[in-house]
Amino acid sequence: MNEISYLLFLSVLGVTFIASAAYIVFFFSQNKQIRKIARLILLVSGILQTLYIVSRYIQVGHTPITSQHEAVVFFAWATTWAYLSFRWRYSVKNFGTLVSILIFLLLIISSMSSRDLTPLVPALQSWWLPVHAGVSLIAYGFLSLAFCGGIMYLLQERELKSKRFGYFFSRFPSLDALDQLISHCLTTGFIFLTLGIVTGSLWARQAWGTYWHWDPKETWSLVTWFIYLVQIHQRITVGWRGKRGAVMAILGFAAVMFTLWGVTYLLGGVHSYAG
Amino acid sequence: MQGEKILLLGVNHKTTPVEIREKIALSDGYEEPLAALKKIPACRECYLLATCNRVELIVVVEEQAEIESDIIAFLFDGSLSKEECSQYLYIYYNADAVHHMFMVAASLDSMVVGEAQILGQLKEAYRYAAQLGCTGPLLNKFLHKSFSVAKRVRTETGIGSSAVSISYAAVQLAEKIFGSLKGKKVLLLGAGEMAELAAEHLVGQGVGSVVVANRTLSRAVDLAKRFNGSAVSMDELQQQLEQVDIIISSTGATDLIIRKQDVKSVMRSRRNKPLFFIDIAVPRDLDPKLIEIDNVYLYDIDDLSSVVEINKSARDKEAVKAVRIVDEEALKFQRWCQGRAVIPTIRDLREKVDTIARLELDRTFSRLPHVNGSDKKALEKMVRAISSRILHDPLTYLKSESCTGRDNSDLKVDVIRSLFKLDNGDDSK
Repeated sequence: MNEISYLLFLSVLGVTFIASAAYIVFFFSQNKQIRKIARLILLVSGILQTLYIVSRYIQVGHTPITSQHEAVVFFAWATTWAYLSFRWRYSVKNFGTLVSILIFLLLIISSMSSRDLTPLVPALQSWWLPVHAGVSLIAYGFLSLAFCGGIMYLLQERELKSKRFGYFFSRFPSLDALDQLISHCLTTGFIFLTLGIVTGSLWARQAWGTYWHWDPKETWSLVTWFIYLVQIHQRITVGWRGKRGAVMAILGFAAVMFTLWGVTYLLGGVHSYAG
Repeated sequence: MQGEKILLLGVNHKTTPVEIREKIALSDGYEEPLAALKKIPACRECYLLATCNRVELIVVVEEQAEIESDIIAFLFDGSLSKEECSQYLYIYYNADAVHHMFMVAASLDSMVVGEAQILGQLKEAYRYAAQLGCTGPLLNKFLHKSFSVAKRVRTETGIGSSAVSISYAAVQLAEKIFGSLKGKKVLLLGAGEMAELAAEHLVGQGVGSVVVANRTLSRAVDLAKRFNGSAVSMDELQQQLEQVDIIISSTGATDLIIRKQDVKSVMRSRRNKPLFFIDIAVPRDLDPKLIEIDNVYLYDIDDLSSVVEINKSARDKEAVKAVRIVDEEALKFQRWCQGRAVIPTIRDLREKVDTIARLELDRTFSRLPHVNGSDKKALEKMVRAISSRILHDPLTYLKSESCTGRDNSDLKVDVIRSLFKLDNGDDSK
């Protein structure tokens, strides 16, 4: 089983690499045929990622989401399927290029941490684990899409404002399409993030008796949650859109990254079981 | 050319930024400047073209005349230093002037290569110049020729069919900002022709509604009717800013109409919905600082041109063909100009009469086979005498010094050439 799982992981890396390479070729050539192929390859990568996670599940006997390696693979998987499952992949021109590169980078990061199987500590042996960690990572998947959208928005906005129409102008989608993408991904991501925090809190009540005990990861999740809450609130009430919205989507994602890695390495706490 | 030269001075969007062009934009029509030009002593014929992208001034002057500095002073009205003038202004003589003008007419020198507006503007300017008696035989021919060159380029190359105009560029930008233009609201400030054209393009792309604001409300109402839109007065501008998405400004106002603080204050009530301003007026109507506001996009005509650059390559091939036509026509015109001098005219006239005489003689001889050597000679002599006696008066007329001392031989050449139809050879090909 170990060999199969390892082979699967290698093929995931390889196929994702080819997918992002194809997307990059499409980005420069704008050949529609290549985009079709790139989409197909990314879909194959998504399926392979799913298979890899399943194989890992069979190996360790629980949802493979506890070690650093597993969590990041799950993150990449969530991003891939968040991208593949929504229809804006059609309306937002060349979005796939950025997303596929991000997915590939995540997989590279995951390959750098240990693939060793770690037995589950007793505290985590609960059906809350897949629900809480899974939902949180799916939220990260959507928020990473918002991040990609934010970056594209800033690049495109700069070209429009500076009136120098360089390489991105014709290749990037309209500002409105990007803004809508950011808005959709933020909302969806925020809902999952909220669910993740709520389930975590319920689980903590069950496991340790209190809903909340200011563990660094919890604190930072809350900070992240507030960053997104404020920007969604402002977006709806006073129309924080456009450049400010894009900047906030990027800032929020930076907070997500810190919660995911920074906290584990710098601050420790109950969430750092592995890593 | 006999004692005269064509002089072309101008500025255009390539050489001169819009800030400088504003200073010489002749917004009060052609009459005054043309009348002023006519008063310059050495100037025999003149023509003036002023559009929002260029000013072209053509004068025909005596060979030795040095009137460049007079004309520069006239154009810039002393508002620029000498160095600045020489930096922005281009001056062409004779053949180069002809070539340049043909390029302009054929829309090869336009900001948007291939756009058709320039020819109309050229003709309108010509109408003024002709009405005021500013053009003479040389410029008449020159300008008519540039019209026909433009027509030839249009029919023989694909440059017009893929012509993207300023309005097309505006649509492209609007689509990059708004995505789909469906349901978007357009406000036309000023009811000029350019604004109308741009609005037409936008409506063609599915823009929801059009509002027209103009100083004279009746004109606004007329234009609004065309697009099933509504007309508002200039005082309602501030309220309109809250509702519209695209603003095209083309008024003839000398001052700014919309300032930064005007827009800044409406952004909040717009809930930061993007605003797209297009300023096609010279001098500009909109505060250049508008661009500093988030979610506000402002473009003047110079900026729009760089958008058009993007899809330029497709037209380049056609442009090469078009330039070849212009080269060819300019050369032909050059030949015609040279032919206008007295000596070639005399030669052409003699040649024409001689050819006719020779032809008729040959025909007669073939019908009279019995005519022998000495009779033939006598007949030939007679025909030659007749033709040279007929030619005598026109030739003296051509060679005569005019009594007023003013050299009007160009007029005489013109009379003779049209009387005897000496230009046929040039035009037929």
